[in-house]
Amino acid sequence: MTLADARARAPHLSVAQADPDADERLMMRLAAFCEQFTPLVALDPLCGLMLDATGCAHLFGGEAMMRTCILQAMARLSFTGRAAVAGTPDAARALARFGQEVVTPPGEDEIFTRPLAIAALEAPKETSVALTRAGLTTLGDLADRSSAALTARFGAETMRRLTRILGREDARITPLRPLPECMVERRFAEPFLDLSAIENVLRPLIAEAMGILERRGEGGRVFEARFFRTDGAVAVLNFETGAPSRNVEALLRLFRLKADSLADPLDPGFGFDVIRFCVLNAETLTQSQIGFERQDAQEGDVADLVDRLSARFGRERVLRFAAHETHDPVRAASYVYAASPSKPNSWEKPEPGEPPLRPLFLFDPPQPIDTMAETPDGPPMHFKWRRVRHMIARAEGPERIAPEWWRNAVGRDRRTRDYYRLEDREGHRFWVFREGLYESETAAPRWFLHGLFA
Amino acid sequence: MTQPLASLRKSLACAYSAVPSETIALGAPALDGRLGGGILRAALHEAYAETAADAPAATGFALALARRALAGAEKPLLWARQEALSAESGAPYPPGLADIGLDPAAVAFIRVRDAKEALQAGAEAGRCATVGATLIELFGEARAYDLTASRRLALAAAAAGAPIFVSRVGASPAPSAAASRWLVRAAPSRALAANAPGSAAFTVFLLRQRGGAAGQEQHEWRVEWNRDRGAFEDRTFDASSLSGPVASLPVGGTPGEGAPQRAGRKFG
Repeated sequence: MTLADARARAPHLSVAQADPDADERLMMRLAAFCEQFTPLVALDPLCGLMLDATGCAHLFGGEAMMRTCILQAMARLSFTGRAAVAGTPDAARALARFGQEVVTPPGEDEIFTRPLAIAALEAPKETSVALTRAGLTTLGDLADRSSAALTARFGAETMRRLTRILGREDARITPLRPLPECMVERRFAEPFLDLSAIENVLRPLIAEAMGILERRGEGGRVFEARFFRTDGAVAVLNFETGAPSRNVEALLRLFRLKADSLADPLDPGFGFDVIRFCVLNAETLTQSQIGFERQDAQEGDVADLVDRLSARFGRERVLRFAAHETHDPVRAASYVYAASPSKPNSWEKPEPGEPPLRPLFLFDPPQPIDTMAETPDGPPMHFKWRRVRHMIARAEGPERIAPEWWRNAVGRDRRTRDYYRLEDREGHRFWVFREGLYESETAAPRWFLHGLFA
Repeated sequence: MTQPLASLRKSLACAYSAVPSETIALGAPALDGRLGGGILRAALHEAYAETAADAPAATGFALALARRALAGAEKPLLWARQEALSAESGAPYPPGLADIGLDPAAVAFIRVRDAKEALQAGAEAGRCATVGATLIELFGEARAYDLTASRRLALAAAAAGAPIFVSRVGASPAPSAAASRWLVRAAPSRALAANAPGSAAFTVFLLRQRGGAAGQEQHEWRVEWNRDRGAFEDRTFDASSLSGPVASLPVGGTPGEGAPQRAGRKFG
């Protein structure tokens, strides 16, 4: 139907441009909301959601009750929907979109899906037309034919869909988020409004989750608290620890720090329906005996501090230094998250008697400087950086560092660098380099300031 | 009349000696003598860069002090740094840390957005007894670093028994609860063979020392950091540490237009 026709029928029609991105964002929000019913939620293309109710239905009093419950929750958010429960995702999709909204008893998908029209196959148009022309109008008609002949004629994909819709072959959905290691939740009869009491809810939840982990001999590393609001919004709070942990109070403290550092604070709105605590990532944690000297406990304190700081400022801001075996000064050191598990790394000990050969601070990228050198391949006599001229009193070099040509194209493009340690008259010490070998690599080598010494 | 004064002094001395005042010696006898043994371990210390160009010197001096504080102890250094500083003077480079004698593996580094966060991180770390030393690097006249904030840091350091260093660039020294306050300027190093730059050298001014001896005593030193010994060395009266050509002056005169000092500069 064209827009003009539609307007002729309903004069007060309001028109908006289709916005698939906004639709998807909305569906993602709804999917997050639906995670309070089951952790396995997937998007079903074209504004649908697929929920795997395996093992969850009994919590709502059966599949039929669960379906009603979800539809009611959707109605509260002013969404109307069609929902069907079936043995396979494809059967449920076909029933919800092309058939009756039913709850099929186990193993009886076929009875309900056979009367569906060919359109339920969602096959390409020419396939549907060909099937209809052949007089096959329902899935049941198709199911009665020999599948070999149909496969030869219409392709394996169409037949696979058919067997799945009929419930003869099962397929699992790919949930949006992987299943957490461990999940505990509290549902409230009345929406939960009192933020000040939130820790009273979380403490037993965390304790329960830690109990489950303890029986498995594990400790959690990545945690998540989810707050499902009555109005469909879901607040998520993530935090993690550097080492596997089962310490309830420490986790509560991390939660508190994280909650305090949120840009928009936790807002209960009209209240939370469900509060959930998940352990997303768990690792083996053996209970270590605390020694008499309390050495282990101290180790833990630093890890604890790193966790607290990571929760407070974000894990990407709390860093450690990692060493790499390379002569390239830029790649020789990197920053890694302090909260992530560490592998021991060793740093080269400086030679006794040598002055500092590497700067305390490194510029990334190196800063271009204007230099004046006595000879083309000698150290500069003076250079200008940030509009200040530095007269060089002492210099050492060059230390020639060639790029790692074996690494990648970027490395191949780079030129040899001649590094100099310089000191100006005031006593500021610099690490500068000349890029490119004079004459063989470049006609006019450029100079850069790469670092500052203490 | 002197009797009550003496008894008052005595009771005051008792009150002060009740506070454990372990010090960190800097390693240079002249300085340590002036400081009364060194700087207090469980206290807050400040290092101000004299100019923006002296920022690496101020931080380097604070790191060297931290290295003194950590000596022998297998404790980590926590370094909170304002992000803006990386644009100014580059990002910390671990091999350079190793070059001044610190173990980069024992450093936790926090990159924070502003002075307020730097102070929060520093206070959090400073309270932790397993952290050997804390360094907070601030950029500019940070309003967040006021008397209250410095007092909080001083108390944290006293409680944990480990020093907190605050290195500041682009700020003028202001009153605070710091036990010692230093103004740091880069100093020409002692040249090695072939006129190569030597070990890190600083000119430091002791602006303030809590409970320190007041008076006309020396408060400016030129020190060199000896990484191998892990100690400062006093180079105040070392003629070889002076750089540049020495200007010859006419007797009783001032350098005129054709002063050798200027001419020397022109030649570089």
